[in-house]
Amino acid sequence: MASEAEQHPTLPKVETGITGFDEITFGGLPAGRPSLVCGAAGCGKTLFATTFLVNGATLFDEPGVFMSFEERAEDLVANVASLGYDLDRLVAEGRIAIDHVRVERSEIEETGEYDLDGLFIRLGYAVDTVKAKRVVLDTIETLFSGFSDASILRAELRRLFGWIKDRGLTAVITGERGEGQLTRQGLEEYVSDCVVLLDNRVEDQITTRRLRVVKYRGSAHGTNEYPFLIDAEGISVLPVTSADLDYAAPGGIISSGIAGLDEMLEPGGFHRGSSILISGEAGTGKTMISSSMIDAACRRGERCMSFVFEESGDQICRNASSIGLDLAQHVQAGLLRFEAARPSLFGLEMHLARMHRDIDRFDPSLVVVDPLSALRGPATEMQATILRMVDLLKCRGITALFTSLRIDGAVDLADDFGVSSLMDSWIKLQSVEANGERSRTLYVIKARGMRHSHQVREFLMSDAGIRLIDAYIGPSGVLTGTARLIQEAEEQAAALRRRQENERRRREATRRRLSIERQIAELEAGLEAAEEEERLLLGENEAREARIASDRREIAKRRGAAG
Amino acid sequence: MSDERQNPAEPTTEADLDPGHYHLRLYVAGQTSKSLAAMANLKRFCEEHLAGRYDIEVVDLMTNPQLAAGDQILAIPTLVRRLPSPLKRIIGDLSNTDKVLVGLDIRPKVDAP
Repeated sequence: MASEAEQHPTLPKVETGITGFDEITFGGLPAGRPSLVCGAAGCGKTLFATTFLVNGATLFDEPGVFMSFEERAEDLVANVASLGYDLDRLVAEGRIAIDHVRVERSEIEETGEYDLDGLFIRLGYAVDTVKAKRVVLDTIETLFSGFSDASILRAELRRLFGWIKDRGLTAVITGERGEGQLTRQGLEEYVSDCVVLLDNRVEDQITTRRLRVVKYRGSAHGTNEYPFLIDAEGISVLPVTSADLDYAAPGGIISSGIAGLDEMLEPGGFHRGSSILISGEAGTGKTMISSSMIDAACRRGERCMSFVFEESGDQICRNASSIGLDLAQHVQAGLLRFEAARPSLFGLEMHLARMHRDIDRFDPSLVVVDPLSALRGPATEMQATILRMVDLLKCRGITALFTSLRIDGAVDLADDFGVSSLMDSWIKLQSVEANGERSRTLYVIKARGMRHSHQVREFLMSDAGIRLIDAYIGPSGVLTGTARLIQEAEEQAAALRRRQENERRRREATRRRLSIERQIAELEAGLEAAEEEERLLLGENEAREARIASDRREIAKRRGAAG
Repeated sequence: MSDERQNPAEPTTEADLDPGHYHLRLYVAGQTSKSLAAMANLKRFCEEHLAGRYDIEVVDLMTNPQLAAGDQILAIPTLVRRLPSPLKRIIGDLSNTDKVLVGLDIRPKVDAP
């Protein structure tokens, strides 16, 4: 729709400078025409109009005239001073003119024919004085209480709006919401180019402001009801229903700040721009894990924003220091900002609106919502809000970390507000109670786009940070805490026994080998002796044979034989 | 805006002393038929009911538009009774005699003697 409007710039528009409003109207209010802003008492009509005028004077160099039929100029200045608008200065600089039109029925006596030329002259004079391009008439219906002849008034109003168009003034006319019609006096009949309806609804004792563009002649516009926000920062409208899934997935892996957790995830961390859910019971360490992640991001020099609903920022900083994380230094360095608010302070829409604005202003790369489950509302609205929250962060490429409190200890996939499917990664923390003690375990239920460990890990929190330990899985389940220590000791003892046995068997073998070697040596000695004997015997034989032969020769010689 | 408001409040110093004195100011925008009728009607009333103790100031907003805000002028023509106080505004061409007399608090004074 936006691109269409850009392609055919048929209707010139004037930016209001109100965050979000210019987006849903694709450019602002119709230029040179009157627009009607209506709503019940206290829903922000005057503020909307004033913002339109002040932004015109300060941002767009379009001076304006504020014609107030209700509040005196001084009251008006005081009322908007809280938003940081210095009307007095703008008036002194000649960029804004304020004219308070007081209509007092008791002071006016009607005798015969009249017209409202005085009003035209006043408006014209004010417009000429500051060379105004913008005009606010707030609330012109008050005239109907001052003059009894409604037919004259209606004719004059028609003439006034015609006059505004002729002068090419972009005007905001406010009107009180009436019964059965948008305004009490049916101003929508005269101001038909653009009608904006403001609403202030109370549900479950929580107020949510909503804005709707009822009609916008000659222009496309967002037709939904959009929540809007009025606080010290002014007025902002949230075009939050634009839940397109065409966001780009930023590359890169970010560390969780916990070495063991990074190891469980194959790429060594979470995908940048993904949404991570950490769920667990009370006291399982959700906030500590999110604090670790914040610390890691701030150490990388990234900006982090934490929306906390149950604790104050200071308290989180203090608690994080117990595991050796100095979050306070990041706050001081301007890298970390806590936005703490009670969940019941606003409705869901308002929380979302506030987050939207704060995120746009602070431009963080990591956003923590702690805990998501603190937000209260009807289930359907809850899921829609969280969906938009996730989309809001995703389309900006912001890594989002949500914590969620679970009451039960079981792996129940039902009580996750239906958000698990929106989350890219889901870390579940669980307290394991056995042998009279509790120990904390952690496992990764899912991690989109990466292989991850399916093991349950025990984790310990100490002043050195969070450390993950492989949990022992025994016959009776996961062993943690002391049971794990006992198991460890047993395994160590068994290893020692095995080592000793080995040693014994090795010594035995050596002994046997030595004994065999000894036997071999003895046998060799015997062999040597036998050989010696054999040699001696052989020598004696030869000697005997020689002696026998020589003896024979001797005998023969003695017998005198000649041989 | 505040200085505009002071402009019309300047005159009529000698008249302030006389409690019965009427200081009237008629706001018109150009010489329209309604303006002329109002002027004629006003002169007639004053001569009939306030002879000798009134003065009329006619302000043409076409030439002095800055004066409109001071007396909170919306309708044209408007007759403002600045004195005696309280301030009264009578709008229209003053064709309804009774209403003008009541509006200017002249009626009771006339009826009394």
